[in-house]
This record gives sequence, structure tokens and C-alpha cells, in this order.
Amino acid sequence: MARKDPAELVNGSAEQSGTRGAPSAFLEVRDLKIHFPTDDGLVKSVDGLSFQLERGRTLGIVGESGSGKSVTSLGILGLHNKRNANVSGEIWLDGTELVGASQNDVRRLRGRKMAMIFQDPLSSMHPFYTVGHQIVEAYRVHNDVSKSVARKHAVDMLGRVGIPRPDRRVDDYPHQFSGGMRQRAMIAMALSCDPELLIADEPTTALDVTVQAQILDLIRDLQEEFNSAIIMITHDLGVVAELSDDILVMYAGRCAEYASVDDAFHRPLHPYTWGLLGSMPRLDRERSERLMPIKGTPPSLINVPQGCAFNPRCAYRDLNGDKSTTERPELVEAEPGHQVACHLPLEKKREIWESEIRPKL
Amino acid sequence: MVAFIVRRLLGAVGLLLIISAVTFAIFFLVPRAAGVTSDDIAGRFAGKQPDAATLAAIKDRFGFDDPVPVQYGKFLKAIVVGDTYDTGTEKIHCPAPCLGYSFRTNQSVTDQIVDRAPITFMIAIGAAVLWVIVGVSIGVLSALRRGTIFDRAAMGIALAGVSLPVFFTGLLSLAFVVHRWNLLPEVNYEGLSDNPFNLILPWICLAFLYAALYARLTRAGMLETMNEDYIRTARAKGLPEKTVVFKHGLRATLTPIMTVFGLDIGLLLGGAIITEKTFSIPGLGQLALDGVNQSDLPVVLGATMVAALFIVLANLVVDILYGVVDPRVRHS
Amino acid sequence: MKSPKVVTSAAAGIVVLGLGLSACGGGDDDGGNGGGSGKFDAGSTAVVNASDHKGGVLKMAQPDDFESLDPANIYYAYGLNFVRIFSRTLMTYASKPGAEGSKMVPDLAEAPGTPSDGSKTWTYKLKRGIKYEDGTEVKAKDIKYAVARTFDRSVLHNGPSYFPQLLAADGYKGPFKDKNLDSFKAVETPDDYTVVFKLKAPFSEFDQVVGFSGQTAPVQQAKDTGVRYGMHPISTGPYKLQGDYTPKKGGTWVRNTNWDPATDPNRKQLPDKIEVQAGLKAEEIDSRLQNGSVQIDLPGSGVQAAARQQILTNPKLKANADNPLAGFHWYVPINTKNIPNLECRKAIVYAADRSAMYRAYGGEVGGQVSTSIQPPAVAGREQGTDYYTKADPNYTGDPAQAKAALAKCGKPNGFSTTMIFRSDRPKEKATAEALKQSLDKVGIKLELKGYPSGTYTNEQLGAPKFVAKEKVGLGTYGWAPDWNTGYGYLQPISDGKAIVDTGNANPEELDDPTINKMWNDVVSIQDPAGRAKVYNEIDAKIREQAAILPNVYAKSLLYRPTNLTNVYFHAGYGMYDYANLGVTG
Repeated sequence: MARKDPAELVNGSAEQSGTRGAPSAFLEVRDLKIHFPTDDGLVKSVDGLSFQLERGRTLGIVGESGSGKSVTSLGILGLHNKRNANVSGEIWLDGTELVGASQNDVRRLRGRKMAMIFQDPLSSMHPFYTVGHQIVEAYRVHNDVSKSVARKHAVDMLGRVGIPRPDRRVDDYPHQFSGGMRQRAMIAMALSCDPELLIADEPTTALDVTVQAQILDLIRDLQEEFNSAIIMITHDLGVVAELSDDILVMYAGRCAEYASVDDAFHRPLHPYTWGLLGSMPRLDRERSERLMPIKGTPPSLINVPQGCAFNPRCAYRDLNGDKSTTERPELVEAEPGHQVACHLPLEKKREIWESEIRPKL
Repeated sequence: MVAFIVRRLLGAVGLLLIISAVTFAIFFLVPRAAGVTSDDIAGRFAGKQPDAATLAAIKDRFGFDDPVPVQYGKFLKAIVVGDTYDTGTEKIHCPAPCLGYSFRTNQSVTDQIVDRAPITFMIAIGAAVLWVIVGVSIGVLSALRRGTIFDRAAMGIALAGVSLPVFFTGLLSLAFVVHRWNLLPEVNYEGLSDNPFNLILPWICLAFLYAALYARLTRAGMLETMNEDYIRTARAKGLPEKTVVFKHGLRATLTPIMTVFGLDIGLLLGGAIITEKTFSIPGLGQLALDGVNQSDLPVVLGATMVAALFIVLANLVVDILYGVVDPRVRHS
Repeated sequence: MKSPKVVTSAAAGIVVLGLGLSACGGGDDDGGNGGGSGKFDAGSTAVVNASDHKGGVLKMAQPDDFESLDPANIYYAYGLNFVRIFSRTLMTYASKPGAEGSKMVPDLAEAPGTPSDGSKTWTYKLKRGIKYEDGTEVKAKDIKYAVARTFDRSVLHNGPSYFPQLLAADGYKGPFKDKNLDSFKAVETPDDYTVVFKLKAPFSEFDQVVGFSGQTAPVQQAKDTGVRYGMHPISTGPYKLQGDYTPKKGGTWVRNTNWDPATDPNRKQLPDKIEVQAGLKAEEIDSRLQNGSVQIDLPGSGVQAAARQQILTNPKLKANADNPLAGFHWYVPINTKNIPNLECRKAIVYAADRSAMYRAYGGEVGGQVSTSIQPPAVAGREQGTDYYTKADPNYTGDPAQAKAALAKCGKPNGFSTTMIFRSDRPKEKATAEALKQSLDKVGIKLELKGYPSGTYTNEQLGAPKFVAKEKVGLGTYGWAPDWNTGYGYLQPISDGKAIVDTGNANPEELDDPTINKMWNDVVSIQDPAGRAKVYNEIDAKIREQAAILPNVYAKSLLYRPTNLTNVYFHAGYGMYDYANLGVTG
């Protein structure tokens, strides 16, 4: 598959909804909706999300808890239980559509073609099996090899993610590893079958800063080695800034803004993105300066606010008359490769960013 | 590990001492507090209208007039160094640990326990195999098909099972399955030489109660386990669902159930009292019950101690097994 | 010969159902004595399924267990009945239906005992050629040894203690403490076939003492195992124990080839094997009786409530049931210490609603309204006349007479007292309640208190200290005699000497000088008819003293499986005769 010009890699996706043929992108998500019927009502965790991703590229998905980041990633892996989740839309992975595929077909892709690094590796690894066993298991389910070969592979993998004396540690149980080591082991497990798509869900949340940096370096190195596509899910813009090529800001199950890292940090166009940037701790910031948290709380996914889902928390909603509370803003391409879903006129947004927001950061 | 086991066994000895002392106290002090005299107690071992000479002879033989601590001391001494038993025509030496001789039947209590333990063992093990297989399978299926008709039906039956005691299901099944419809043979089981399948009805009735309990436990545990992050990881690795459920899910679910199982089986091994009574099976439970009904202190004490010992041992085994099954316990 | 403990299980058998039952069938008393079969109550008076068919396995079961199988260490009637399959005694009950069953006939002895020295010496001659299961011949010294054993109450404490009480052997400690049998002077064996008993005082019913229990069953001193003899008693009867008996589980008896039927008219050897299973639930035994997989419910006190109802409502089952008088009498002792005034006691008897009390025991199938204290099975017993009451199922008491008696007693407005009963016996509870209601009408207030039957006869009603402390005026009680004579029945319940501290059978604590003297004298009368006359007088005197309020003669409901042969109710034991049964198919 020919490499595309990076500039063309991400296309506006709002107009791409609807069924078309197989896309040329390595991963393309089209109008993905993941709804959970509950006794209290329909929880619309993901409600019409589209994006593309090519091999070798990294997409950061950011947003507060409950914005639908993790649900999206589990949706791509096909890990939602059909009995309690309604999944619709299309997910094309290397020419194969996954939403409509059989459970078994998707299972065969999991772990091999696409893999996931979960947050909280302690609870994500089985406490009763050794780390090595869990890697071997992941490897052997997709590769018809003997146990000893798989074990050797597991030791190799552990070594590659930087675990010292991997030939010994391979027989340790997860609880015998430190937090950082566990995360490395988790990564080793995810990478054991050389996945082409790697989804990392908050891979560094629980780790201290030094370890965090090591892990991120590791992921970057591994990506270079395997040329994988990576989706990095996090609420930490710092991580995204370090690792991603592009950023997808999610709010209430939808895409609020999609931009290159450079655009997102230097020319963000959505008030919510401004808020995220404002609440990001920065090493170069004076200690006395306070963070500017986003006011209010994340919206209910059952009763999503009318109009713009962000409107109850938006300081600028009144600039649009009552549009913010009545009409849902579509995701439109404001600049090439930069999409935003906001009623504010583009010029107004640029003005606010330059005059009000940026100086405070 | 060895130190752990030794420590637990020493604790068990202490526990048994306390249990025997309490049993002794219940046997002697409670009736006395209610005004029962040693003559009255001796009278329970005599024929009708016992004369004073008979009562005196009985009191003398069983030592009912000795101070309670002295009687208790004799009991303990027999366990540690053995005892001598006078049959009238000879003196039998009862080697340590001697649990004494029945006031009623003059049999060695140890012999009686050894004679009956296999019977209770067969009841408990047979039922346990049934209830674990049936209960756990139903629990797993129910959890996996949560909310379906199968789940609802199974849990409904389980609720009934938990609330139906063996003496009810047992008597009902005896009346119909055995006596009216002749579907199963009468329950006759007096030792290992008998056909164990004579116990099929007690197994089913006892297992029904426990299977119901285990189905509910397994279902709840399974539902919780299947929501664990590591199950999601297992699926994310692309493992077949069967592997996810049985290797990853069930393994973790069964660990706490193993603890409950250890307690249950320990309790049953000490005497499946209601089952034995319902089906007239001469196991340890019947022995203990008869002992209580007939004021046969040595038997009551022996049966109580053995029952306690089984519970303690079962707990110990569970604790050791827990270490084997759960590496987190092993390493801590 | 049935201890109060037998009564315990008996009542447990007849429990519940009360009045409802008499409506659903009731016992017909026309019973007939034509040696019938398959007819309700046929076995009460005649042999049912008479047959000489040999072979098969006779299966017997019991919820509890024999107190022992050592014939010398048994007091329960059913145990004494059962041990005859392997033990023979000097005398025994005749194996006959009807009143004949209460008679003592020779067993090991050639003839009944010969009294001399004014009934103070009794001599028995043994039959020759009677052998133990190992072929050894039974000798007189073995019987002497057997009797000597009964003197050690610490080894044998369950059995009767007539020998230590009657024999002139004061100070003798028994053969376990004193191995030299010559120290035992009260029994002499001038030769191998003669046994002579020396008594302290005249006693005319010594044949009964010798015959009712297993204490004259011979025991070889060399083979005695003391308290453990009951695990393997050596047989002289038609069956011998295979291996050991396992208490609370059971045992199996097989034919004893050294038993000679020619010497033994009282036993048969029909089944190949006799199996006893202990610890089988009473209800389960009833079910197995009905399908024939168990033939005998050993305690012999009758079926349980559920089976009782099935039997009485199903004609097919009922045809295989018997409803005999079980041999004991349910009555109400009136304590003469707590209610010392005769007129006050009379008031109680006058006021008693006999009809309600009769119904409390289940009406016609449960019992028969009584006049005399001695039940009909007692030899020479006369019905007598009623004192202050009427033996009529419809008699509801005479409040006017009761009030008059109260006035004479000096308590015209009545008085209060306590009545106790066995709380686990619905019939006794119903009786107490019926009595409370009828006495209430004349101002006698009863406070009812129930106690468990396990301790009732020893520690409550049977303990004068308890009776005094709790001021017990009335109780419920049932009594069956050691043997079916007036002495066996009445002496323990009316002789002042018989009052004991524990297990007292004289809860009325009647200690009347006239009656006591009659008891002292009657044992010297050698003519049974002469003695019976005195017994009937004592019976009347007790009632004249209003020390006992008669209620009903107990009837049991027994089931005989169709595959059981030679079945009949034995008056001596108050249940089927266990030594003559056979099985078919």
C-alpha cells in the first residue's frame, strides 16, 4: 500500500458518513454509534464518530472521563457485548469491515492485527497466571507454535520492552512486578503478534513521570520498528503532544475538534479544547498561576443537552443567539486538516483564542 | 509453609480443648443448674424403678459424682495417655488417643467413629461431586445467559432449593420415588461394603440444597469476574470465548467458592445430621444425635471433637489450597 | 413387664389424630378367634397365616436400639420378646394367642418351680441335652452364674433387679468382683440339672420372676465378656448371631443347628435368617412394612400417625392390621401427699369428663374405657365396679357430686393444683386439657405443665422430690406390668415400699397401711386364684382412695405384612410374638 502524503491523511469526515465502498485508509471509522440501553434510558456513549488513520501514524483521542474515548476503542476491537450494546456505523480495518463481521472473524483479528494496551495493568492482567503465560497465550492463539517457541518469544518480548532478566521474570506473576514493569509487560503482550493497529488506553496514567516518559519512548520506538498505527487515548494533552501526529477531541460521544498536533496546541478552534488546554499543568508555568478548569460537569449521556452538547459549560454560547441551545453544530473543516464543531464564526474563534485564551496559558 | 501448618494445628488443638470443655459443661453444668441430680442422670441409664443400689452402681461406674473438673481431667488424660476399661470380666487397654467407651453400648467411641466415618464420608463426597458439577455448571450458564429464560428458571429453582431443607425433599422423595413408584431402591447403607448407589437419593436431596446455593454463588461470582479488566484483556488478545470463560473467568470465580466448599464439606464430614436422620443412615451425625438423646457423654464428646477436627482440617486444607491456586496468597 | 420406657414409644406410635379417627373406621370388637387371616384385628386373638414354610429372611427394624442384647440386661418388653430367638430361660411365656400368652410355662425347666419352705425355696429341674450354639451342654451352674451376674448392677444396670431384692444373698457383690461362684449362696446346684433358689421371704410368683426376663438364660462363666456380652450373646435358642451385633446398626442371626425343637415347644425355626436393622426412622419402617421389605417393627407399639390414617381409611391395608389391647392402662395418678384429703380427691374423680378423656386417646381405636386399674390381660383380673365415675364412653362427669365432695373436704369453692404431662405427646396434652376443663366447672383450677417424655418418668412425675417441690396434684401416666398378674401390675404402683426417688412408679405416693399389709401377706398365698382375689380388692381400694382416676386401656394399631406367617398378638409382651414368625416369598 502506497504511503500517502501526510497532509492528505486526515480528511474531513462529517460529509463522509453513509455507506461507501472500502476506503483506502488503513483504519477508517464512519459514523460510529455505540449506544447502551439501560433502565434509565439510552446511554449514547459514542454518537456518530468518524475518523481515519494510516499506518505509522498516531492519533490522540482526548476528552474528559465519559466522553466516549474508551468506548470507541473497545468498539474498534469489537469488545462490546452485543447483548447490552448497540453498535452501528462502519469500522474498516485494512479493507475489512468490522461492525458487520462475525464475532469470530473479529476475534481472529484481535491481538494479531489490532491490539490494545489497557490502563491499570494490575487489574488488566490475570492475577493467577504468570506474565509469561499470559504473553504465551496471546501469541499461541494466533500462531501455531510450540510452547517452548512461544515462551522464547515471550522472553524476547519482555526483553524488548526493557524488562531486565526477562528469562527469569517471565515466570513471575503480575503482582510481583512494579507498576512500570507491569505496563511494559502489558505492552509486550499487546505487541506479541506485531499488531498493525495499536490502541493505547491511558497507558501511563498510573505511573510516575520518569516511568511515564520511558513508556512513551518505548511506544514510539516500537512504532518505528513495526510501523504500526497507534490510537492513543488519554485525558492528558501532554502525552498527546509528545506522541501524536493528530488529535481528536471528544465531547459527549462526538468529535468536537480534529486537528494536527500543531494546530491543536497553537490554533485550537473549539472552546472545549481551550478549556482542556487551560487545565493542562505545564512545567513551564509559574506555580502561583492557577489552572483554569472547565466549569461545570461532563454532560449526561442519556439526556445530552439540546443544541451544542457543550453549551451549558461554554462561556461564549451567548455570542450565537440561541443557536447553541437549539442546533447541534456539525463538524466542518475550518482549515485544511482542521475540523471543528462549533457555531462561533471562524474569525470570532481566532480572535477569542488570540486575545483571551492564549495569553492566559 | 510448614510453620504455618504447625501453627494452625496447634490452634486446632486449643480449639478442640475449648470445644470439649464447653460440651462437658453443657452436659454436666446446665442440667445441674436446672436441678437435675446425679441420681437423675444415673437413672437415665437404668431400667424402670431403679433402686438406690443400682443408681449408686451406675454413678460409681461412670463417675457421675466426681467433681466435673476431675471427670474432664480423666477425659483429657485418656486422650493423651490412654485409658483402661473394665468390662467386668477383663480390663481392656484403650491406647491414646482414647475417646472413652459409650455409656450405652460399651463400644469404644474411637471404633464407632472409625466405623461410621466412611458412611458419612460417602454421603458427603457423593453429594459434593453432584452439587459442585451441577451447581457450578448452572451458575456459569446462568451468568453467561443472564436475564434469559434459562437464567430465570435456574435461579427460581435455586431459590426453592436453598429454601427446601433435606428433611422435606428427603421425606417427599422417599414417599414417592421409593415407596410409591419404586423408581429407586430403599436407602440401605451401613458401610463401605454396601453398594454406594443406594445413597443416590440422599446424594440428590443433599446436593439439591447445596447445588442451589452453589449455583447462586457461582452465578454471582461469575458475573463479577466477567466484568473484570483481565477478562477484557483476555478477549482483547483474541482468545476464543470458551478459553475466556473457563480458563480466565471460571478459575477466578471458583477460588472463593473453594473456601465455601471447604467449610461445607468439613461440616458435612463431621456428620450430615439431617440427611442421615431423614434417610436412616448410620453415619457420624446419627451417632452424635443418638449420643445427645441418650445422654451418652463419651459419644457426644467424641463426635463433637471429630466434627470440630474435620472443620478445622477442612479449613486448613482450604487455606493451603488457596495458596496453590492464588499466587498472590502464596507470595504474601 | 413393659417398662415405662416402652410406654414412651407406644404413645409416640399412637400419637395425634384424636377424635377424627373413630369416625373413619374404628375397631370392631367382634374379632372372632377362628384362626383367620387377612381380616382386621384377626391377629389380636388368633394366629394369622399359620404356616410351617421354612426359609427366607425375616427382617426386623427399629428406630432406636435394644438397651442391650445381653438377656440379663434388658427391661424393654420388645427386647425380652426378641432375645427369645437365641436365649432360653427356666420358664417363659406360653407361645399362644389370647389370654394363654400370659401364662408361664417351662422352657429350660422340666416343670414349673417347686416351692418349699413356705414359698421361700424354689427348685427347678433342667431338661437334659440342651446345648449352646457350640454344642456344649447347658448345666445348672450356668444358670447359677447367670443369676449371680445380675447382682453386679454396675455391669448390668438395665435389667430388672428382682434377684438381688428377693434372694437371700445380702452382701454378695456379683461374680465380676468375686470370681468364686461358691460365695453366691442363694442359688444352689446339687447336681448338673437342679437349680435351687433361696429367698429372703416367701414369694409366690417366683415362676413369673424367673420367666418374664432373660435373667435365667444360662451363661458360661468362661465365655462371659461382662458389659460386652450383649455384642455376642451365646445362643441356646433356634438362632445364633452371625458375627457381632453392632449397636445402633444391627445384626444377623442364622439357624442354630444345636437347638433341638423337641425340647422347645415355645419357639419355631422357620426363616433361614433373621436380620435386625437399628436406627431406621419410624415412618420409614411403616412404609417398608406396607411394601413387605420389613416384616416387624420391633418396638411393637404400633404404627405412626401417618400410616395409622392410611391403614384405617384403606380397607386393603386395614385387613392386615390388628388393634389389640396393648397391655397397659392410661390413667391419671392423684398425688395423696399434695391432695391429702380423700374428699378433695373424690371431687376430682367425680368431676372428670371421661368422655372427653376417652376421645383424647383416639376413641375406639385408641383404647377402651376402663374401670379396674388392672387391664384385661392381667390373669384373674375382674372388671370391678366404678368408684365415683362411670366407665362409659359418653359419661361426662357428675359436677353435683363433685361439689358435694368439695364441701365435705372443706373447700366448697374448689382449690388449685398442678397437673403435669408429657409435652411431646398430644394425647396426654389433650387429656390434661379435657380434665382442666371439666374440673374448672366445679372450681378446681388446674395449672398444666408439660415436660419431655425422655425425663418425665424418672425426673418429674417419677421423682417424689420434684412432685413435692412443684406441688404436683395430677399427672398423666401409663403403666404396664413386668408380668401379667395383679402383683406385677399393682404392686409397683400402690405398695408404699415401692416408692423410690427416681423412676417412681407410684406417683400417687399411696402409702396406705391396709394396702401395704395386703401386699406383705399376699406373697405367701400359694393359690393363684386366691392371690387374684386379693389383687382385685387392692385394685378397688386404690380407686376407693381416689388415688387413681382410670381412663382407658391402651389399644395399639399393629400392621402385619402379608408375607409374614404365624403372626399373633402375644399378651405377655403386648405385641406380636417374635419367636415363632416365618416369612413367605
